[in-house]
Amino acid sequence: MLSCKQVSELVSHSLDQPLPLGRRIAVRIHLFMCKVCSTYQRQLRFLQRATRDLPEHVDDSHAAHTLPEEAKQRIRAALKAKK
Amino acid sequence: MPTPTDPSLWLDKYGDYLYRYALLRLRDGMLAEDLVQETFLAAVQAKFSGQSSEKTWLTGILKHKIVDHLRKAHREMPLGDDLAAAADKQNDHFNQRGHWNIDIRAWADPDRALENGEFWSVFALCLEGLPQRHAQALMLREFDGLSSEDICQELGVGTTNNLWVILSRARMRMRECLDENWFERPAGARP
Repeated sequence: MLSCKQVSELVSHSLDQPLPLGRRIAVRIHLFMCKVCSTYQRQLRFLQRATRDLPEHVDDSHAAHTLPEEAKQRIRAALKAKK
Repeated sequence: MPTPTDPSLWLDKYGDYLYRYALLRLRDGMLAEDLVQETFLAAVQAKFSGQSSEKTWLTGILKHKIVDHLRKAHREMPLGDDLAAAADKQNDHFNQRGHWNIDIRAWADPDRALENGEFWSVFALCLEGLPQRHAQALMLREFDGLSSEDICQELGVGTTNNLWVILSRARMRMRECLDENWFERPAGARP
């Protein structure tokens, strides 16, 4: 019987690659009986989806940051020199 | 035929986005500026194939620069110590028999959060709260889709087992941080 601690790691691991069959079954049995771990699994799946979406939302998450004007001028000059 | 690209427009159109992306990945403004500049310079010399959007194309170049940078940085300073810390903290959440010590309650309508701009700033702050290399492992995994073996190589992690502990811990902390700062927090008290 797997402990919740083991299952928490395996649930994370299964987001990265499929677990071997035996493990997969053991995890499924545990999740069937353990509400906390199955909530944990659902939240990690959501977290994975959100993490993958984050790059599309950096204009929201980093709204306070803009490329400094100095850097823009420097880059503009460098681009011109390259042409 | 792809639309001809005009490099003089890139800076105004994509400069802030690329800078923000680099800042998210590297947590270092100066470095972010440098890599954005390198990205534009490399892009001028490369040919835009028109197979993706210009923004996706430029972001792809930037991603390569970021991964190159990480590889060099971690060759100088391998991951070693973070692992013990990761395992230790993870133990706090379980009792000696491996049962949860913390309460995990279901989140109400998490999908709706994805449409809220403020959620994303909380999300990014949580990611920033992770030890830098844990965050980097997670981003290499989820943004770049690198295999465990490749991430180990890029970050100088000894074994894939160690990496799984790091990723598991990183996700656990992210979950906790979102729980505290978004899902279990009354809407009025959100930052």
